[in-house]
Amino acid sequence: MYTEKVMDHFRNPRNMGVIEDADGVGEVGNPTCGDMMRITIKVKDDRVDDVKFQTLGCGAAVATSSIVTEMAKGKTLDEAMDITNKSVAEELGGLPANKMHCSNLAADGLQEAIKDYRSKQGGGEG
Amino acid sequence: MQLEHMIYMDHAATTPTDERVADAMEPWVREQYGNPSTLYTIGGHAARAIEEARATIADFLGAHPEEIFFTSGGTESDNWALKGAADAHRKRGRHLITTTIEHHAVIDTMEFLEKRDYEVTRVPVDSRGIVDPEDIRKALREDTILVSVMHANNEVGSIQPIAEISELIKDSGALFHTDAVQSVGKIPVDVDQLGVNLLSLSGHKIYGPKGVGALFIRKRTRITPLLHGGGQERRRRAGTQNVPGIIGVAKAIELAAETRDGEAERERALVARMWMGLQERIPDMALNGPEDPSLRLPGMINFRVEGIEGEAMILCLDMNRVGVSSGSACTTGSLDPSHVLLAMGIPAELAHGSLRISLGRDNTETDVDYFVDVFAPVVKRLRDMSPVYDK
Repeated sequence: MYTEKVMDHFRNPRNMGVIEDADGVGEVGNPTCGDMMRITIKVKDDRVDDVKFQTLGCGAAVATSSIVTEMAKGKTLDEAMDITNKSVAEELGGLPANKMHCSNLAADGLQEAIKDYRSKQGGGEG
Repeated sequence: MQLEHMIYMDHAATTPTDERVADAMEPWVREQYGNPSTLYTIGGHAARAIEEARATIADFLGAHPEEIFFTSGGTESDNWALKGAADAHRKRGRHLITTTIEHHAVIDTMEFLEKRDYEVTRVPVDSRGIVDPEDIRKALREDTILVSVMHANNEVGSIQPIAEISELIKDSGALFHTDAVQSVGKIPVDVDQLGVNLLSLSGHKIYGPKGVGALFIRKRTRITPLLHGGGQERRRRAGTQNVPGIIGVAKAIELAAETRDGEAERERALVARMWMGLQERIPDMALNGPEDPSLRLPGMINFRVEGIEGEAMILCLDMNRVGVSSGSACTTGSLDPSHVLLAMGIPAELAHGSLRISLGRDNTETDVDYFVDVFAPVVKRLRDMSPVYDK
């Protein structure tokens, strides 16, 4: 039911873990729904210098979290804010229809982390 | 295909077809193609074979052959029992009783009937997943025409007190149906001992073929046909019989009759071994369903693992060539947690993190030990990844 790329990210998740002294933290979903993600970012020169994820959830939840870290790393914050749940799903070669909503939250998580960083900077769109 | 290397532990979903079943079916797929309703020789062969199969199944269930009707499987049997009884008795009443843990073949049929002006009472279960017969009795009304309670649950394996319920409701005038798809062949199923009017069974859960099952209809029980057409099955279920399937399900029943009790004991020991191994290796997990193994299907165990999610466990186990199911219905297209686990009072986040193991004839101690060995690191890996498990 999953594409080979989804399974690759599920088997070998990229950037799994927590950045201890993170500049921004984003949390989306909740355990009652079965899916929850925490994205932590480190920012340098207005770019996503490092990003890690922790995920509770199904194959799609893990794969979207993993790939969004790859997509975001090195991008400017504005570029990273443009990553959407839809573009994450496309990057994975598609997701089953019933996984498009509940389990496809990784871009939201990344955006939350960036907003968190910006609000701590005392300005921006936080 | 790496099937020969796969460790299959999802026998409640379906079972591998027994070689002896496949062999028994083969002539009826090939040269014995006669239509059992015809008058010439090969039709007669098929008709006789069907009647022998019917007698085998009747004998196994303590029923009369003329009380066994072949169907396309458990779902059709459940649909027929419920819709057929509801329609035949609608002038006497329009109230139906069931439980909160039934298979979807019953749940969805009840919802269908509700939309057609029948009233349905759904009796809750306790934390073990067992209904209290007294609660069924209390739900009875003057206009109750049918009670449907499954014999053994397909997710947690809890065995329902069917005989006790039958004793309490027998004077009410309501028909009593049980979905015995999971129990037939695994624990004793006798229609008189259970005291039911209607009982559903399926072929592919007992090492038989898919697409065939039966409905037991006790003599003098009125139910309207579901399928109309030719006069097959004593004019009660139209359609040319699935001859190879019927031969297969009878062979499967014959084999189950030989091995059931010994196999049940063997599978109970395997489940106990697995559960002990898992508890030694994995913290923060708990059983879903009755603690008492005699209240559970022999080969089945369902448990919840804190901090992780069911589908991820299934995918990781599949990477280790183990096939199991989740208590959560994630993989079947629904993202809602299992209605059975929720009915037992298990919180949604733990219901999502549940796994069902159903062992069968082909599983060994080696398989069980292998499962424990691969599952412990899977849990650790997923917990390391989880934002909600910090122990």
